[in-house]
Amino acid sequence: MLGYTLRRVLWIIPVLWVIATLTFFLMQAVPGGPFTSEKQRPPALEEALQAKYGLNEPLWQQYATYMGNIARGDLGISFDGDRPVSGIIRHSGFISAQIAILSFVVAVTFGISLGTISALNHNKPLDYAGVLFATVGASVPNFVLAAFLSIIFGVELGWLKLLGWGGPPEISDIFNPSAYHPSKMVLPVVALTVLPAAYIARVTRASVLEVLSQDYIRTARAKGLSEFWVVMRHTIRNALIPVLTVIGPIAAILVSGSFIIESTFGIPGLGRESITAVQRRDYGLIMGTTLFYALIVAIANLIVDVLYAVVDPRIRYR
Amino acid sequence: MATQDAAVAPLFADHSDGIVRGHRGLWSDAWRRMLQNKLAMLGLGALATILVMSLVATQMNVVERHAPHDITTAKQLGPTGDHFFGTDQLGRDTWARTLEGVRISLQIGLGTQLVVLSLGLFFGVLAAFGGKLTDNLVMRFTDIMFSFPDLLFIILLREILNGQGIKFLTGTMVMILAIGMIAWTTIARLVRGQMLSLGERDFVTAARALGATRWRIVTTHMLPNTLGPVIVAVTFGIPTAIFAEAALSFLGLGIPAPAASLGTLVADGNRFVQVNVWNVVFPAGAIAVLMLSFTFIGDGLRDALDPRTRG
Repeated sequence: MLGYTLRRVLWIIPVLWVIATLTFFLMQAVPGGPFTSEKQRPPALEEALQAKYGLNEPLWQQYATYMGNIARGDLGISFDGDRPVSGIIRHSGFISAQIAILSFVVAVTFGISLGTISALNHNKPLDYAGVLFATVGASVPNFVLAAFLSIIFGVELGWLKLLGWGGPPEISDIFNPSAYHPSKMVLPVVALTVLPAAYIARVTRASVLEVLSQDYIRTARAKGLSEFWVVMRHTIRNALIPVLTVIGPIAAILVSGSFIIESTFGIPGLGRESITAVQRRDYGLIMGTTLFYALIVAIANLIVDVLYAVVDPRIRYR
Repeated sequence: MATQDAAVAPLFADHSDGIVRGHRGLWSDAWRRMLQNKLAMLGLGALATILVMSLVATQMNVVERHAPHDITTAKQLGPTGDHFFGTDQLGRDTWARTLEGVRISLQIGLGTQLVVLSLGLFFGVLAAFGGKLTDNLVMRFTDIMFSFPDLLFIILLREILNGQGIKFLTGTMVMILAIGMIAWTTIARLVRGQMLSLGERDFVTAARALGATRWRIVTTHMLPNTLGPVIVAVTFGIPTAIFAEAALSFLGLGIPAPAASLGTLVADGNRFVQVNVWNVVFPAGAIAVLMLSFTFIGDGLRDALDPRTRG
């Protein structure tokens, strides 16, 4: 178990290395550079800029320098205002993390409850309602949902704000109540939550139904246990094991979702930063955000695999 | 295949409970179950209708009614008898534009899956039969591609392909390639897993014992048996690809103008939503209906092809 976990943790390093290499050469293959713009710069200035950021060196040398810096934990600087990439990631990542964590918590709570209620009312109206939500929720794209929610709650009813993020901008403000503006938090979180919630509800429902048909549930009922305890003690706990596996895909869904939701609502988060980074050919920032996202997804998958082995003693890894 | 099965069937037919079930192959059995699935049939019907409408639209004025790019003075109309879905900020007919968007979305969805299927089959088969080292390399590569942030990859690849200036690489083609080249990992894993487990099965051992060549075993015995799960995965991949393209077009990172995909239409409509809500409602509805149809069909196919639920 410990050996397995350790190997899984170490495996993240080559994964990130290959992703960094791929991204490096992909982004160098993108036509145009960071200093290509409509207005013509004097050649001398162009050259000075290239030299300042080491862009006139051969590609292999740039690659080696970059990898060396990463290995020392230095992500380099953004061409946009010479800000350090790690600072941008910390700042905008904090905002993205708030949205993602809120969405994750809501999606898990809502999805698991809905899936369980559905399964316990198998083939009854409540079940159909749950399945309807799970199917439609998985099929309506989040930007469409964002657009509709904005029309209804932002434009027509005027209850909620449409632009920006209402959470604390800095980590130091996290316990400061005046840094929170719920009217600017509801829409992005809801728009990001529906898809993962629908996904979790679907998996939970199938899993609970599977558990309910097991012999040990019949035994529990036969020994006179009340239905409440059958559900709480025997059904849900066993049914949640397969649900754990969706945490990996959910992390990926939240990452792609944050790109779209942040752009839609004009939130200065990491997703929006990385899109503008590609558009501006901001090499350092492209690399930094890609690696950061890859790390998040890799860690999520690692947690799933390890948790899975912990909760299900039948699973043993070599 | 069918004649062979018919000859073998009486030997293995189960007479113990007194019911002799007529022999059906996997595919006809699956099709029969599919026909009984109301939601899958609803999805199939909706999809067929949409497909026919969007295809005949360019040929028949009765369906399309207005050219999608015609700029008129009738701006920001709601739905009327002439403009079914109203018009946009330039007076273009939203019905015609939505049909064009649906056509693009379907091209993206199906085209992407063609790329996904080729790459997925190639890497899956390579991993399963290429020996231990190849297997390890291919599967680790698959793992890495799986953890690549997919939207970032698509955006990067799109910029690269768009910059090549090759005539073959139209806006739609670029999106198909960019999405397909990150989405193949699921199929590759699926094909490899199926191949490895099928290799252990008795009928493959029997074929080997009969002296069938390796090529023949793979193509006639193993590939057809992996087809079911692959078809299901491909069907679910279509709405995912449609969503990815629509989302990127919504952000302005999709197919360049004047061609307008459904995502672009939603984005355009969204800018003037306070004037005319219909330009968001109809294209967005079209995306949802397309994705729902494919999801229903995929669910139906999975239930129909899953041998565990075969009765």
